[in-house]
Amino acid sequence: MVIPSANDILAALGGGALIGLAASAYLWSHGRVAGISGVLASLFAPGDRATRAVPAAFIGGLVLAGLVLRGAAPHVYGDGPGLGTALLAGALVGVGTRLGNGCTSGHGVCGISRGSVRSVVATLVFIATGAATVLALRALGVSP
Amino acid sequence: MIGLIAALGAGLVFGVGLGLAGMLQPAKVAGFLDFFGDWDPTLGFVMAGAIAVHATARWFILRRASPAHAAGRVDSPLLIGAAVFGIGWGLGGYCPGPAVVSTASLTTPALAFFGAMLAGMLFLDRLRAIGRSAPPTPRGAEDHGDADG
Repeated sequence: MVIPSANDILAALGGGALIGLAASAYLWSHGRVAGISGVLASLFAPGDRATRAVPAAFIGGLVLAGLVLRGAAPHVYGDGPGLGTALLAGALVGVGTRLGNGCTSGHGVCGISRGSVRSVVATLVFIATGAATVLALRALGVSP
Repeated sequence: MIGLIAALGAGLVFGVGLGLAGMLQPAKVAGFLDFFGDWDPTLGFVMAGAIAVHATARWFILRRASPAHAAGRVDSPLLIGAAVFGIGWGLGGYCPGPAVVSTASLTTPALAFFGAMLAGMLFLDRLRAIGRSAPPTPRGAEDHGDADG
């Protein structure tokens, strides 16, 4: 087991607090759940342009954060997987989050925060299959 | 306009939080999911911090407005979807938020992951729309809809 340093823990807690704060701001200003898979999908859902403007602005903020981080703290980016793995993994994440109605943020943060049984179950399931996948990759001798 | 600025600001803070938290590093995600190997518990603190803040803030906010609430039951789409998502997360190391933020890095894996993720989402939503328009779905089966997140 890796023992995280105090700095690692503080950064994780602080980053998590910002995520919780942002989700709260989105809930307060728009009454919407800041689950990224749901927000992303709502960009393409039927509806008028005004309905899509809010999720579009939120997604724009995420990309803006990516640009800011790229300039100010490029070390926060780690290396991604190989191209084939990225394509397969991305497709699974896309299909799975829509079928299961949520992801790490929608179920893991927002859903658990409101005590939703569905979200608690979903979070336990995706962490379990994620762990099983990492275990399988290790058994196959592929580093994840 | 102010509403859009608020949404943009929320996305910005959310994305910076993901970066600070270490969620943009697939290797760190793999370490968190490596329960049976060299387990790195750090990302557990991200979820703890986010839930602590959001659960508290939510309590204050909801005395004012009542948002969509998912009261649905645990069903097979939820279980299968979460299972498939977990496999993809363990394989690629990105969940949807980090996948969106990481597009700004303009690296091939991040862009490929995002493109495939978006295609997977649209494919599933299209499939659902077709399924919905064909036979009548039992009432309630789709009621929880997008309210989960």
